[in-house]
Amino acid sequence: MCALPPQIETWFHAHDWSLHPHQQQMLARASDPATLLIAPTGGGKTMAGFLPTLAELADGAHQGLHTLYISPLKALAADIKRNLRRPVADMGLPIRIEDRTGDTAQSRKRRQRADPPHILLTTPESLALLVSYEDAARTFAGLQRVVIDEIHALAESKRGDQLMLALTRLQALCPNLRRVGLSATVDDPDAIASYLARHPTPCTVLEADPGPAPQIAMLDTAKAPPWAGGGAAHAIPAVLAQIKAHKTTLIFHNTRAQAEIFFHNLWLANEEALPIGIHHGSLDRVQRERVEGAMQRGELRAIVCTGSLDLGIDWGDVDLVIQIGAPKNVKRLVQRIGRANHRYNAPSKALLVPANRFEVVECHAALQAVLADDLDASPKGPGPRDVLCQHILIRACAGAFDAQTLYQEVITAGAYASLSKDQFDACLQFCANGGYALQRYDQWQRLIQRADGHWQLRDPRARQRIRMNLGTIQDADLLKVRLKNSRGGKPLGEVEEAFAATLTPGDTFLIGGRIVRYEALREMTVQVSRNASKKPKIAVFSGTKFATSTELSARILEIFSQNSWPELPKHTADWLALQRGSSQLPCAGHLLIESFPHEAREYSCIYGFAGRNAQQTLGLLLTKRMEELGLDPLGFVATDYATLIWGLEPLQNPDPLFEINALRDGLDGWLAGNAVMKRAFRGSATIAGLIDRNLPGGRKNGRQATFSSDILYDTLRKYDPGHLLLEITREEALRGLVDFSRIEEMIQRCAGHITLQRLDRISPLAAPMLLEMGKVPIKGRAEEKLLQRETEALMRQSGLEGLT
Amino acid sequence: MTHTPSQAPAKMFGYDFTLAGARLTALPQRALWWAQQSLLCVSDLHLGKSERHLRRGGSPLPPYEGEDTLSRLEVLITALQPDTVICLGDSFDDTAAAQVLPVEQKDRISQLVQRSNWIWIEGNHDPQPNGFGGRYLAELARDGICFRHIAAPDFCAAPRIEKRTSRQETAQLQAEISGHYHPKAGLRGINRPAFLLDQQRLILPAFGTYTGGLHSRDPALSTLMHPQALAILTGPRTLAMPMPRRRR
Repeated sequence: MCALPPQIETWFHAHDWSLHPHQQQMLARASDPATLLIAPTGGGKTMAGFLPTLAELADGAHQGLHTLYISPLKALAADIKRNLRRPVADMGLPIRIEDRTGDTAQSRKRRQRADPPHILLTTPESLALLVSYEDAARTFAGLQRVVIDEIHALAESKRGDQLMLALTRLQALCPNLRRVGLSATVDDPDAIASYLARHPTPCTVLEADPGPAPQIAMLDTAKAPPWAGGGAAHAIPAVLAQIKAHKTTLIFHNTRAQAEIFFHNLWLANEEALPIGIHHGSLDRVQRERVEGAMQRGELRAIVCTGSLDLGIDWGDVDLVIQIGAPKNVKRLVQRIGRANHRYNAPSKALLVPANRFEVVECHAALQAVLADDLDASPKGPGPRDVLCQHILIRACAGAFDAQTLYQEVITAGAYASLSKDQFDACLQFCANGGYALQRYDQWQRLIQRADGHWQLRDPRARQRIRMNLGTIQDADLLKVRLKNSRGGKPLGEVEEAFAATLTPGDTFLIGGRIVRYEALREMTVQVSRNASKKPKIAVFSGTKFATSTELSARILEIFSQNSWPELPKHTADWLALQRGSSQLPCAGHLLIESFPHEAREYSCIYGFAGRNAQQTLGLLLTKRMEELGLDPLGFVATDYATLIWGLEPLQNPDPLFEINALRDGLDGWLAGNAVMKRAFRGSATIAGLIDRNLPGGRKNGRQATFSSDILYDTLRKYDPGHLLLEITREEALRGLVDFSRIEEMIQRCAGHITLQRLDRISPLAAPMLLEMGKVPIKGRAEEKLLQRETEALMRQSGLEGLT
Repeated sequence: MTHTPSQAPAKMFGYDFTLAGARLTALPQRALWWAQQSLLCVSDLHLGKSERHLRRGGSPLPPYEGEDTLSRLEVLITALQPDTVICLGDSFDDTAAAQVLPVEQKDRISQLVQRSNWIWIEGNHDPQPNGFGGRYLAELARDGICFRHIAAPDFCAAPRIEKRTSRQETAQLQAEISGHYHPKAGLRGINRPAFLLDQQRLILPAFGTYTGGLHSRDPALSTLMHPQALAILTGPRTLAMPMPRRRR
């Protein structure tokens, strides 16, 4: 175990603090090439990451950059700078600490390159930019450690892939560079470890004591939750009572819309005028910062929020976390629970509030999973190749390179370890000359090969252009919905990109209490027109941003398989028993389909348990298949568990519907012309460097000179269908947008075990699905009443009214 | 006003209109057909665009736009068998681009040029003859209509004084047909390349595949066009509408 320098030792003594065991371990393993520390929020994780750096820098002998700290958020980098400078100054250590983000002044950035501080705090994008400079070797000379904070969050996005590629460059410049990752609790530490380490170097994994088990329970409400919907209005009084009983409460929602509605209702019921704030990503930055400030000063009793508070910024003393609606994902729930009691060794306290009866089961499953410490896996595909293309261009900006050397470097990033040389070469060709089947650019390549075999930018002016377009952050996954008119359109709200993916012009859907007709997807906006006359074809009832994880779905099926449910509230247990009596409960390994007539229509309900995105896509594909099979489908609606389809003809034989190849054909055809596919193309083409987001100096009359990425997409599809970018686009769309893999998985899992349950009327489990559909509502507040009335009527029809 | 018995073939879904007494058809394929003169006019082909983009330090765009542009032009010429074809400027993305086009594309252009009385009007991107045959002119006047690349802001139909042309022609010029701006227009967020038309002026949409557009709301276009101008949208069929303008 390495001893702390006296300045640091003294400082700890003066504060009467001792090191946490994992902080000691980090010191002890300081010379390991890669270390992953998994610690709960508030566990002194950041200090653990920096202690070895402080120890090594204490004697003032080190010249130049020593440690690079990378965080996913600019704000986090600034936060850490403040929190680190203070103790460093108190200890009297001769250490210079600076941050470098998009907000840093140009003059300062230039100076940092020539004369870097000992510790530089930055973001993946700023690092990629640093790596692209010709003098990168000088800037990073002497670099010893890189600390990646919140690596679990970065690992889920292309930003992380870009970061890891940048690290391969740093490692080549500084062979002795040691890597440290700081992570919240994750399901598969080894996966993050191999993501972090220089492949195939082993990575030490240190797990801090997770602290006492969280106190987590379902919130008791006086009123039973409704059959459908996500507002959780029934829980307002109980939530308010909890806020009063605690110091500061964080109230998490899955969507911004839900957070807004809940906040509104909470405020109406808030007779004592307790200070309560709202925080989510759609809010204006100024307003967000005001709430953050009030929060840090301890002025707020509660804050209604979404995932925007998921990352580890210090918000002060939270002693209760409430999760409204099913958490959909156990890992996220655990991280949210970790927000309560920021002090190590005090148990986190959390309450789950199911918003409807199905979510009672779902929340119960999540609760079991948390107690069993069973986090969901998020399998990561191989490193995306559009990011690799950008990396190759970044590498070219820094100077001439040898392809084989670069390839050897790239495959040391865990995510790219299985990249073949052919795949790499295809990306290199794309960067050099587009990699088109028809080779035309013989003299004007972007990258040229010199006589010595090295590749370099043909035109050095291209550097500026490449640097300006660096980065992988794509548009948010929410799209604005605007009423289309000549003045640009009134904003109505936002829908998830995955939902927009299912729309074709003419589709009608419900948003903000009104029915609109989908017209077009333009830039970042879903354009709609008013349409009061029709029933919504697809309803966004309370669009859930996240699809339920596979693990959670499996747990729910397990709960369904029980003989009785003494642990569930009576209303929910009775509901499940009734379903078993009148039809059956879905079970693992089988695909249950119910088919029944209802109000002069024929319904089929497919309980695929594949998550909302996949069920939505399934609905789209199945209705296409049903059309082909003459079943006259009229529409569908999807939840995380099932797809409900209605039409004119009864479904008698489900087998031809699930022919996987026919489904896949349908997907291909549907995808190819889909506006969201074009969006995916734009994203990948931009990351890969085919389309410039920014041009040097801008252009006065630029608009007639630009052309849309849609035209490039159409041209490629027509003349070069096998092109690398189309391959990447397809990969992205299949993986991210529509979850086709989960459909395939479901069909394989259930092959030969499809059970069709023909009923003479709607089943208890399907009844709430019908409510998701949203009949034409009366606008505004009356909507809830109408829904309630309809809910009750439906319950009577399905024989459910006796239960409550 | 004369009757023109043979307009464009019906299946072309064109929009017929009269300009300076001439019966013209705006085709949904982004081309203009003057049936009585058997004259086809296209503007802004921008051949060689992807090559020039890369030459100037840009990215390697898919190099298929020339093939696509020429194929569409060949289809039109085969269907209409025009006596005269006018390319209204910016036929090539720059002079160098015209020189380095792939041989196969050069051959296709040469063959097209031989099939009819071919006229290249000079544009800002291609201010010099391109060596593909045909005639190369700064402007062309026919039956009182002037064909030029960029609309003259001060153009006025005779009998008012028109400064840019010689005195004899001035007396005859009734209208002007131009390109350059790549106009587009639309509604409900669907914008398409469009013809802009008023009593004395017609602006053609760009015919080339890699050509963006300038919306008719842009001041450059709304100041050029009369307040009662039409936009004729191209696409599967032509659709005429009042030209969208910026609201005051």
